[in-house]
Amino acid sequence: MPHSKVQFGYRRHPDQDRPAATPAEHAVVVVGAGPVGLSLAIDLAQRGQKVVLLDDADRIGEGSRAICFSKRALEYWDRLGVADRMVEKGVVWSVGRIFHGASLLYQFNLLPEEGHKRPAFINLQQYYAEAYLVDRIAQLPDVDLRWRNKVSALERRNDYVALTIDTPEGPYKLHAQYLIACDGARSSLRQMVGAEFSGQVFEDQFLIADVKMTAAFPTERWFWFDPPFHAGRSALLHKQPDDVWRIDLQLSPDADPAVEKKPENVAPRIARMLGHENFDFEWISLYKFQCRRMDRFLHGRVIFAGDSAHQVSPFGARGANSGLEDAENIAWKLDRVLRGTSPESLLETYDTERSAAADENIRESTRATDFMAPVTSQEARLRKAVLSLARETEFGKRMVNGGRLSLPSVYETPLSTADTDNWRGGPRPGTSMPDAPVSDRTGNPMFLTEAFMRKGTRFTLLTFGNGKVVDAPEGLGTIRVGGEDGLIDASGLAGQRYDAEGGATYLLRPDGYVAARFRHPTRPAIEAALARACGLN
Amino acid sequence: MPLSTSSNFARPDDAFRAVVEAHRGLSEAESADLDAALVLVLANHIGDIEVLREAIALAKRRMLDADQQQQQQQQ
Repeated sequence: MPHSKVQFGYRRHPDQDRPAATPAEHAVVVVGAGPVGLSLAIDLAQRGQKVVLLDDADRIGEGSRAICFSKRALEYWDRLGVADRMVEKGVVWSVGRIFHGASLLYQFNLLPEEGHKRPAFINLQQYYAEAYLVDRIAQLPDVDLRWRNKVSALERRNDYVALTIDTPEGPYKLHAQYLIACDGARSSLRQMVGAEFSGQVFEDQFLIADVKMTAAFPTERWFWFDPPFHAGRSALLHKQPDDVWRIDLQLSPDADPAVEKKPENVAPRIARMLGHENFDFEWISLYKFQCRRMDRFLHGRVIFAGDSAHQVSPFGARGANSGLEDAENIAWKLDRVLRGTSPESLLETYDTERSAAADENIRESTRATDFMAPVTSQEARLRKAVLSLARETEFGKRMVNGGRLSLPSVYETPLSTADTDNWRGGPRPGTSMPDAPVSDRTGNPMFLTEAFMRKGTRFTLLTFGNGKVVDAPEGLGTIRVGGEDGLIDASGLAGQRYDAEGGATYLLRPDGYVAARFRHPTRPAIEAALARACGLN
Repeated sequence: MPLSTSSNFARPDDAFRAVVEAHRGLSEAESADLDAALVLVLANHIGDIEVLREAIALAKRRMLDADQQQQQQQQ
């Protein structure tokens, strides 16, 4: 992996020299330096919090693992200062094709319109994403990243969590006001709080192979039902950077993992798919899917985010992307609670909002997996009917489920203020802000998401039109589009996407979600919506 | 719009006959394939998830009742 470190040394920290009776006290401890934990630590640090980030390993994990990062994830990473590097390295794509047998059933474009800063998706090996996030953390003195620090015990007290941490030089203790568990699907912290992690296990096995080769396939997501090279099952092909291709093959439920995983047994399958043998293996992995979640993501002062809280099958790119949405959701709330500007009950809305998102992700990925691996003969019969109808009907094409790809969650949340004006379009409260191209007063092109970022990723009023300047409460960022001194919406796309013709003011949350919107904003209405969005009523 | 269970065909026998004849000469498996495709085509034509759910509930209820009646007759 060029340009980035992958191996990190354990270093002794002064916390380890403290007497066991008076351990160091920290506001936030994040456990797990994967994409979710790293992003969360950066977000909190950018908001001015000091963060201790613990990881039990001393290197970035092997294998490409999560490879598809969504537009929403990239917009988040933009705010964390890492998206440019990710997009520069990543493979940008927006088109998916679905084949049945040898013929194309249909294709879809996940971002058919212009005027967005970030693409629908990039493919990037998880180890690159993690390496770039670690590089970013090196620029942030407020993140204290400790490798080979493994939490071996935790005790939950009323106003803190007591941790015992194992290191190569023996254990030490820490107190944390809040502990965020981003320690993955096999979370040991989840076991330590005694939480259930139940759901559905799928019997079919899937083989993932990362293959190095030069090939002329387009940068699209190709999915096959019953391909000629892998009869009766499904297959997926995706391009990654460095001429690496992700190939995903469905195996029978009774396939022997040890046998199937051997390169000499994988190679003939891949050769049949590609029609040649000019490839090398980078990584081979065999797995079964699970779709499951914790009942609650908050356990007192222990908060679960990412795979530790919920797990989905990979068809739909809903694993890492939903974990990153967890991080962006909890970071601003925890920051406010730690500052004392919002009550602790604001954290409950993390559970409300992200639980609903987890349910949706589990529902979508379960449906996709059931479609790919029908359980009963009647399910198989219905799928056969859909696939055959798809050849000549539009409705059949739309019913074919080769994975529904991750879109930003929409929240039904107590933090939103319900619309009282008439809106024909635009993002309703609980929706993430759509991007649009604008330019500043000197004509420099930029995007709305950038304008939001430049306001410091805090509560922000986005106002359109020539109406009177809104009298914004103190501490709010303001973005103005149109008028004498606002950003210029030359294409009209910003106005369209926000249904701004009749005048529009949007109150954006620090995570870029719409909290409220008004045709004719008044100071009291904005203050009430702001108080609600801060969990103050 | 709720599920309509009033008689909608001017000539209901023609509709019943059309379905019966579609199955003529098919094996059990082929018949089941035909039914599966037909259900999906018609469900999409209706295009209303609530009506579809009501239709499923009605069909399921009558199917279970019919099974019970048959069992009682056999006893």
